[in-house]
Amino acid sequence: MTTDAIAAAQVHGPSALALGARDVAYMTWRNLLTIRRLPQLLVFATIQPLLFVLMFRYVFGGSIQIPGVDYVNYLMPGIFAQVVAFGAIQTAVGLAEDRNKGLVERLRSLPMARYAVLAGRTLADLVRNVFVVLLMLGVGFAVGFRVQTDAAKLLLGMGVLLLFGYSLSWIFAFVGLSVPNAETAQAAAFPIMLPLVFASSAFVSTANMPDWLAAFAEHQPVTAAVDAMRSLVLGGPWGENVLKSLAWTGGILAVFVPLSVKRYRAGAAG
Amino acid sequence: MGGQGTLAIEARGLVKTYEEVRALDGVDLAVPAGTVLGLLGPNGAGKTTAVRILATVLNADGGEARVLGIDVAAHPDVVRARIGLAGQFAAVDGNLTGRENLILIGALTHLPRKEIRPRADELLERFDLADAADRTARTYSGGMRRRLDLAAALVHRPPVLFLDEPTTGLDPQSRNDLWDVVRGLVADGTTVLLTTQYLEEADLLADRIVVIDRGTVLVEGTSAELKRRLGATVVELSMPDEGQAAAAVGVLEGLDIGAVTREGVGVRLSASDGTRALVATVRALDGAGLEPATAAVREPSLDDVFLTLTGRHAHQEGAEAGDAREEAVR
Repeated sequence: MTTDAIAAAQVHGPSALALGARDVAYMTWRNLLTIRRLPQLLVFATIQPLLFVLMFRYVFGGSIQIPGVDYVNYLMPGIFAQVVAFGAIQTAVGLAEDRNKGLVERLRSLPMARYAVLAGRTLADLVRNVFVVLLMLGVGFAVGFRVQTDAAKLLLGMGVLLLFGYSLSWIFAFVGLSVPNAETAQAAAFPIMLPLVFASSAFVSTANMPDWLAAFAEHQPVTAAVDAMRSLVLGGPWGENVLKSLAWTGGILAVFVPLSVKRYRAGAAG
Repeated sequence: MGGQGTLAIEARGLVKTYEEVRALDGVDLAVPAGTVLGLLGPNGAGKTTAVRILATVLNADGGEARVLGIDVAAHPDVVRARIGLAGQFAAVDGNLTGRENLILIGALTHLPRKEIRPRADELLERFDLADAADRTARTYSGGMRRRLDLAAALVHRPPVLFLDEPTTGLDPQSRNDLWDVVRGLVADGTTVLLTTQYLEEADLLADRIVVIDRGTVLVEGTSAELKRRLGATVVELSMPDEGQAAAAVGVLEGLDIGAVTREGVGVRLSASDGTRALVATVRALDGAGLEPATAAVREPSLDDVFLTLTGRHAHQEGAEAGDAREEAVR
C-alpha cells in the first residue's frame, strides 16, 4: 500500500493548483469572518486615519502651504497611503496571534497548500484595506476633498495603493512569523512603518526636508505610492509615478513572498 | 496494512535538539495498527516533541519516522492526509463557530465540497455540540473546546490519531467523556498515540505504555507488565521521625515484596498486592517495635513510577526547563 498511497497522492498533480486555490479561498473566508466577529478591530483601524484627516485638515493644514494646491486635495492621497501602510501591520499581528493560539500548528498538520495560510491572511487584509480606504474616501469628500481629474484615474490610483498595501502585508507576514507574539509584532512593526510613512511625501512636501532626509524620503516606496495617487487625482503627468510605485510593489512581493513562505515552512517537514 | 508489517506508527532513533539541549535523544516507538500507545512522562520529557515530529509539524535532527509505512520527512503531505492531531492547547478558532471550525478543517483536508457540511453536522452531533454549533468557540467551556478540537482532528476520518495530553486541565466528567470517545475510535479501528502525564489515563486507554523522561525511553510494556515490574499499588507510611523511617526502610526491604523509597519521615513501598503488603508491613514494623504515624494504600501515580525507576520525582527543575523549551519553539 505504501508506494500505492504515495503514487495515488501524487496523481492529484493537475488539480493541485485548484486545491491550493480552494485552500486560499477558505483561509481568506476564515480571516474575514474573524474581522466580522471582532468589529472593534475595524473600528480602531478606522479611527486612527480619521483623526489624522481631522488633525491635518484643520489643525496643521492652515500652516502647511503647498504651492498651487488646496491642502485637503494634497493630503488625502497621503492619508490613503497611510491607511494601507498601517493596515499591513495587522497582517503581522493576526499571524502572530494564530501562531500563539496553536492554530498554525494545526494548519501545518493538514494536507493543505503551504502558501495558503499566508495568502489567505494577506488577501483578507487586502479586503479590509479596500473597506477602510473607501470609508476614508467618504470622509475625504466630507471635509472638502475633490478629485481634479476623473473617476477612472481615482480608481486606478486606489488600485495602485491597494496593491502597494498588499505587498507590505507580505513584509509583515514575515515579521508575524518571526516574532513570539502579537504584542512584539506590533512593537516591531511601528519602528518600520513610522519613518516610512512620515519621512515621505504623505503629509508634506519633501522639498522642505533637510537634504539627507529628503534623499531618503524621495527614494522610498510610500512616497512612490503617494506620488502616483497624487498625480492621478490632482492632474499632470502620472505614468512614470504609477510605474515607479508598481515597480516597488513588484520588488517587495518578489522578495517577501518567497521569504515568508520559506519562513512558514522552516523547521517543519516540507 | 502497509509495507512495514502491521505497524501504523514507527519511530527509530528520533533525535531533536533545542539549543544544545536534547529534547529527544534516540527515541524508538512502534504502534501496531488498531492499538493505542500511551506515551507517559512529565512536562518536558519530550512527549510533545515526538508527536510534533510524527505529525509532520517539526523536523527531526536525526532518526526516522514512519506513519502507515510512509516516511514523514520524505512525504509529509501523504502523511498529513492520513493523520489527525488534537492537542492540549485546543487549537480551535475562538472567533469561528463550532460548525465553521469543522467546515474550515474539512475544506483544508480536501474533503469533496458536498461532503463538508454533512460531515461537520455529523461530528457536532456525535460530540454533543449540536446545540452549540452556531455559537463562537470562544463561548465554549474547556470540555466543549476539547471535544471540538478532537472533532476537528477527525473530520477527514484519519486512520491514525495523535492526542497530545487530551485531558490535561479537564474536570473528571469531561475527562471520562473524552476517554469514552477515544475508546469508540479505537473500536472502529483507529490507531492512537496518546501522550499523558496521568498513569491512570495510560492504564485505562493504552494497550502499551512507553515511559519517557529527558528524551529517552525509560521503560516500555503493557500496563500489566509495568504493574508487575513497578507495583500495582503503593503503601505509604509516615513515621514519627527520620531515624524510625530509616529503620522502617531496612525492615521493609527485608520483606522483599517490592521497591522501598524514603523521603524524610515518609516511606513508600510499591507492591503488587496492596492489602497484603499493608498487613505484612504493619506486622513487620510491629515486630521491630516501630509504629507508623499514618499508613495508607493507594494507586500508584506517574510520580511513583518515576521514584521507582529513577529514584527521583517526575517534576524536577530539569523537566520544567525542558517544558519551557518545548513551549518556546512552538
